[in-house]
Amino acid sequence: MAGFAAGAYRTTPGRGTSPGFRFTLYAILAVALMFMDQRRGWLAEARYFLSGAAYPLQLAVSSPTAAWRWLQSTFATRAALEAENAQLKREARDLEMRSQRYEALSRENGELRGLRDALPPVADHWMVAEVVNVELNDLRQRVLIDRGAHNGVFKHQAVMDSHGLVGQTMHVGPWSAEVILITDPEHAVPVEIERTSVRTIAVGAGPQTLALPFLPANADVKPGDLLLTSGLGGVFPQGYPVARVTEVRHDTVQPSAQIRARPLAQLDQLHEVMLVWFKADHPAAPTPASSTSVESDLPGGNPAFQPQPAPPRPQPAPVPAPGADIQATAARASAEHASVKQPAPGSPASLARSRQRSPGSSEAAVGSVGGPGSGSATGPAPAPAPATSAAREADGSSEPHASRSTAHTPETDP
Amino acid sequence: MNARQAEPRGRMIVTAFIALILSILPLPEWLAVARPAFLVLTVLYWSIAAPRAGGLALGFASGLTLDVFRGAVLGQHALALTTITYVAVREHQKIRSKPAFQQALIVLGALVVYEFILFAIDGWSGHPLTTPLRWVHAATGALVWPLATALLERSYSAR
Repeated sequence: MAGFAAGAYRTTPGRGTSPGFRFTLYAILAVALMFMDQRRGWLAEARYFLSGAAYPLQLAVSSPTAAWRWLQSTFATRAALEAENAQLKREARDLEMRSQRYEALSRENGELRGLRDALPPVADHWMVAEVVNVELNDLRQRVLIDRGAHNGVFKHQAVMDSHGLVGQTMHVGPWSAEVILITDPEHAVPVEIERTSVRTIAVGAGPQTLALPFLPANADVKPGDLLLTSGLGGVFPQGYPVARVTEVRHDTVQPSAQIRARPLAQLDQLHEVMLVWFKADHPAAPTPASSTSVESDLPGGNPAFQPQPAPPRPQPAPVPAPGADIQATAARASAEHASVKQPAPGSPASLARSRQRSPGSSEAAVGSVGGPGSGSATGPAPAPAPATSAAREADGSSEPHASRSTAHTPETDP
Repeated sequence: MNARQAEPRGRMIVTAFIALILSILPLPEWLAVARPAFLVLTVLYWSIAAPRAGGLALGFASGLTLDVFRGAVLGQHALALTTITYVAVREHQKIRSKPAFQQALIVLGALVVYEFILFAIDGWSGHPLTTPLRWVHAATGALVWPLATALLERSYSAR
C-alpha cells in the first residue's frame, strides 16, 4: 500500500455521469482539438492567447536563474570587469580594423556584379531577445525567448547569436516566442560549404550537433569546412555562418558520407539571441565572399532571397579561378590578419579565438551596417537589453557604415 | 473524516500546479532526460485516490496545459493523459489495494501507454521524435511513484 490512506476516500456510487461517458467526451474533444490545430490551423488564435497566459508562469519559473545571473553581474569584481572591458576593446579594435575598407569593398563588389550601387545589406534591423530559462521539451532543442508578437516577432523569423545561426521562431505568443534550434532533429537548414560551394542540407542531430546526410560518399568535405546558409528555403538569407564540419567518415557500405558539424552559435549556453529582420525584397546579401563564386546556378526557394546579379554570366573559367583563389587564400589571409591585428595579446589562443569569431562578426556586420534605414535598429530594439548588447546596438546605429566588417574583408583584400 | 469526505479539489489543483512547475523547471540536459512526468504522476495519484473528484477533468486540463507549455499539437497530451486517467479511475480500487512495488509496475505500464500515445500523435502530426530517450521518463516515473504517493498522501491527509 503505497500511501493511499485506507478509507480516507470512500467511493459514493451513483453520482454524476459515468467515467466512461466522460472519457469518451474528453477524448473526442481532444481529437477534435488536434485535428483543428494540425490540419486546419484554426486554433492559431487560441494558441496565441494560451501562450500569453503561460508566459507569466514561465517567467516565474525562470526567475531564480535570472536573479542568480543578476546577482553575479552585480557583484562582479573589479578585476573581472576590467578584464572584460579590455577584451571588448580588443574586439572592437579588431572589428574596426576589418571594417576600414568595407565601404570601398562593398561598392567594388557591387560594380563587379554589374549593379549601379552596392546593395544595402540584407539585414534590415535586429532585436536582442533574452532566453527565458525554462524547459519547453526535454528531448527537443527548443528555447523560449522573451520577445513576442508585441515586439513584432513573426513566425519563421531567423534567430542568431553573435557567432552564427541559432534557429527560427516556431510559435509566437504575445510576449514570448518559441525558437526551434538548428540542432533540433526536426530542423533542417539549407547550407553550402564555403570552400567548395557545394549545397546541401544540415539537419539537426541533437545537442550541439548537425548532420549532413545528403552528401555522396565522394563529396569534397573536410573537417574544418565552414557551412554557410545557402539562401534557399526562404527563411535564412544567403551567406550566414552556420557550423563547422567536425567529423567526416566514409563508410564503404554507405552510399553517403557520415558528416557531423558543430554549430558556431553556442547553443548550449544561450543567454541572449538576435531576432533579425531581413529586407524581403532584397536579393540576398551581396557581401559574403562565397557569393562571388557561387552565384545563382540553382534557382529555387524563395525568389526574394535568391541572388539576382545583373548579368546572367555563365560560369566557365574566369569565375571559378578567382573564386577558388580567393577561397584558398581566405584562411591564410584571415590568419595573417588576425595575427597582424593582435600583437599585444597575440597568443595562439587569442589568435584561434579571433579566427573562430570572424564568421560571427561578419554576420554582426551585415546586421549592423543597416544602411540608411538603420536608425530603425534602435527603434524596435528594446530598452532592457543588457549592457554589452546595448552598446553593440548603439554602436551599430550611431555609425551605420563604418561600424564593422567582416570575415571576408581579408579575402577580397589580396 | 467528514471534512475530508468533500472532494479534495483545491488540493488537486494546487498539487497539479506544483507538479507543472517541477516539469518545466530548467535542468541540466542529462537530468532533464530522466525527469519524471510529475504532472502525469500527480493526476494518476488523484484519479486513484479520489476517483470521483473529477480526475478526468483534471487530466484533460493538465494535458492541455502540457500541450501549451510543450508547444505540442493542442490535444495531444490531453488525449494521452485522459486515456490513462480513465483507466486509473476505472481500476482505482484494484490499484489501490496493491503493494507499492506492483503499483509502481502498473504506473510504469500507464506511463508507457501515455508515451506511446504521444509518440503516435507525434508521428501523425509530423513531428516524429524517435530517440529511445523519450521512454526513459516512464522508468524514472515508476521509480519515484512510491515517493510521490507518500508526499501527495501527506498533502491529502494533512489537516
